[in-house]
Amino acid sequence: METMMAYVIGLLFTASIYMMLRRSIVKLVIGLIILSNAANLLIFVVAGLTRGAPPLILEGASEIAGTVADPLPQALILTAIVIAFSVLAFAVVLIRRAYEVVGTDDLDKMKDTDT
Amino acid sequence: MMLLAVLSGFLLALAVPALHRVAGRHIGWVLALLPALLTAYFASLIPTISGGENLLIQNQWMPGLGVSLDFMVDGLSLVFALLISGIGTFILIYAGSYLKGHKDLARFYVIMLSFMASMLGLVLSDNLITFFVFWELTSITSYMLIGFNHEDAEARKCALQGLFVTAGGGLVLMAGLILLIFITGSYSFSEILASDLAIHEHGYYTAAAVCVLIGAFTKSAQVPFHFWLPNAMAAPTPVSAYLHSATMVKAGVYLLARLNSSMDGDALWSYSLMFFGAATMLTGAYLAFSSTGIKKVLAYSTVMALGTLTMLIGVGTEKAIIAFVCVLVAHSLYKGALFMLAGALDHETGTKDITKMGGLWHSMPRTAIITGLAALSLAGLPPLFGFVAKELMFESVLNSPSWSWGLLAAAVASSILVVAVAGLVFLKPFFGPARTTPKQPHDAPFAMLIGPAVLTLLALIFGVAPFLPATFVLDAAVSSVYGSGVQTALALWHGVNIPLILSGVSLLAGSLLFIAWQGLHPTLHAVNTAGSRVGPEAGYFRFMLGITQIASWQTRVLQNGVLGVYLLILVLVTFGLTGYTLLTRHGFQLDFDFSNGYFYEFGIALLIVAATVFASVTRSRLGSVASVGVLGFGVALIFIHFSAPDLGITQLLVETLTVILLVLVLFKLPPFVNLSSPWERYRDLTVAVFAGAIMTLIMLAALDIQYFDSISSYYIENSYGLAFGKNIVNVILVDFRQLDTLGEIFVLGLAAMGVYSMVKLRAEDQHKS
Repeated sequence: METMMAYVIGLLFTASIYMMLRRSIVKLVIGLIILSNAANLLIFVVAGLTRGAPPLILEGASEIAGTVADPLPQALILTAIVIAFSVLAFAVVLIRRAYEVVGTDDLDKMKDTDT
Repeated sequence: MMLLAVLSGFLLALAVPALHRVAGRHIGWVLALLPALLTAYFASLIPTISGGENLLIQNQWMPGLGVSLDFMVDGLSLVFALLISGIGTFILIYAGSYLKGHKDLARFYVIMLSFMASMLGLVLSDNLITFFVFWELTSITSYMLIGFNHEDAEARKCALQGLFVTAGGGLVLMAGLILLIFITGSYSFSEILASDLAIHEHGYYTAAAVCVLIGAFTKSAQVPFHFWLPNAMAAPTPVSAYLHSATMVKAGVYLLARLNSSMDGDALWSYSLMFFGAATMLTGAYLAFSSTGIKKVLAYSTVMALGTLTMLIGVGTEKAIIAFVCVLVAHSLYKGALFMLAGALDHETGTKDITKMGGLWHSMPRTAIITGLAALSLAGLPPLFGFVAKELMFESVLNSPSWSWGLLAAAVASSILVVAVAGLVFLKPFFGPARTTPKQPHDAPFAMLIGPAVLTLLALIFGVAPFLPATFVLDAAVSSVYGSGVQTALALWHGVNIPLILSGVSLLAGSLLFIAWQGLHPTLHAVNTAGSRVGPEAGYFRFMLGITQIASWQTRVLQNGVLGVYLLILVLVTFGLTGYTLLTRHGFQLDFDFSNGYFYEFGIALLIVAATVFASVTRSRLGSVASVGVLGFGVALIFIHFSAPDLGITQLLVETLTVILLVLVLFKLPPFVNLSSPWERYRDLTVAVFAGAIMTLIMLAALDIQYFDSISSYYIENSYGLAFGKNIVNVILVDFRQLDTLGEIFVLGLAAMGVYSMVKLRAEDQHKS
């Protein structure tokens, strides 16, 4: 399954970079979202996929019995998801504001520093 | 003691602003006490050094980097230290009078004292790195002193030129010194000189020698880098007298002399020194003869003297090294004096142009007498030390092992020209018909004449009794440059021999040239103007222009404000380099083994792929946003299915919020339109596919290789025991790595504040309108 996911993630990166290279600012946002999903999946898959063994200690036990999924990448991704969302929220509002001020959603026309 | 002696200039520089308030207009005399004390200190070392001993004083600085504040005193460095502190004493006194009442006098002294300390450090350093630090400090202080009148655009331009040439050469020199360290394995001059390692047989030798030569040539204004020195005359005259004739410009020559005994016998070293030295000597002499500003005349004759010094090191015989040390001392004495006198003339008459001066003998008799003596030394006439030095120079060139006739021709030609130059400096302003000058001339004040008087007197004493300086320090200096013990036998009168005849010839021809100067001058001026269009200085300006043009070109290409181009370059460079490393280190391996997956897992993967493709190709904003939502939910499914319930829950929440946010905000933007041309789309698609392919290959490689074990076992084992939590992911976030989580909360808080304030800003804008 990891091999399959490697191709899927390659496609996600392709799509995100293609979208980020568009001139429309909304497509840039879409590209950003795809990119953060691709990065999260990348960390998740590279650590190895484990089915049906979440890193939880069972009620009454004091330690893990048997193998569980690696908890460290999960902790990293959890942080990444939240940060990506806050950055996205900020970017979206900023873009909205920039569109109001500059009056265009074409990135190629947003190249002057003074408006 | 030595450390204090070298660094005292910096310390005193710190106190100058306060002292200036106390001492007022006598500041020059007060500050001159320091170099006077230093002179006495260095003079007290003379008996030890002339006894054939070298002093090595060690001070740790950065031992781990091989950098130390070690100082070495041998004959050569002692001669330089005496010149620096001795002439420095008179320069400081002189400057107090020359710049009397100048509003920035304190600043001037701060830089001047810093320069003096740097220069002492340069000639006394034993460590190559420390030497280089002091070398650059002299370049920087020189820059600040040339541009001292910083309100004058011309002075600023000249200062910058001097800095570019000397600091650019400094960078090359640094490379040379590092190569030298590689070759010898030592950071210390004394160790390099003491070792009998054949440096010129090493593979790096040619590169090291070329770098050191370029560094020394830029600093010592050798052809083709000579143009910065005359321009440095924009500095106040005390600076020209001190930095640009007696001390700083000799730093390059010092380095050549310092390394000479290690490099001696190598063809590249001695032939380039002889060639460039002789070329500089001739160029300097000719340009001095054809200039009219008194400071320019002196500056070009300094260029000539520096060329002579370089050439003599290149000749490298025992006789030549004796001549080298004598020319060095003689030049510092008479040129320091002449510059100070030129400053006095400028100060009292208000002009620098010698064609506008004449008949000043009556109004400035004392200045005239001292100038006359110094000019005699410049022309190389008895009974001054300049004569001894010039005779020795002729003799060593005559006995040069190679190129003897060529060098002799150059030497005679330049000494003819320099006799004429001495006439220009002395006879032209003081004799002949009196001319009206911008100021009513009268004799210069005592503070401005004491320096030149003492220096000229020394030149006279050394000339009449040349055995005096010889026994004290010159022998030791010659020995340290030549590499073995040398007894010089200096005398004013050698009997009638070829050098004396050559001196007579040059005196005669020089006098004729001087008489013809008035007639020749317009022609020379025309030739020089034509020549300056193709000369090295024109090359310098073209080079500077080229830098600006390249800078504006690359700004146009790389910094053009188009986000897409930035991104394109970033993506190409990042993935190009990563891909290159991957392919060379790991190789190209594709893996199509999907056997360990279940069909419903492929279903989720297919969903993600479909959502991504649709989000990218659709022309509807709503469709795009919705399919991005589907993509997010697909990812959440993956998380949940592969044992990450916390991630799944968070992803679901965030994805929902994202879709709502996008729908709310982005729908106030205009709908999608095709802005790019088909060509641009294909270009971007190619780049994107390339990047995606590299990512896939990296992932396949990463899945293939396991370099080290996961560090997670620590968290798994200690989650309950240490942190009393059963959800290990949560324990990592809020306990083991809680500071990271705190940072994350800050980011969230900042983003929330940013969003809030931008929304608020908009609301207020609307309110206003």
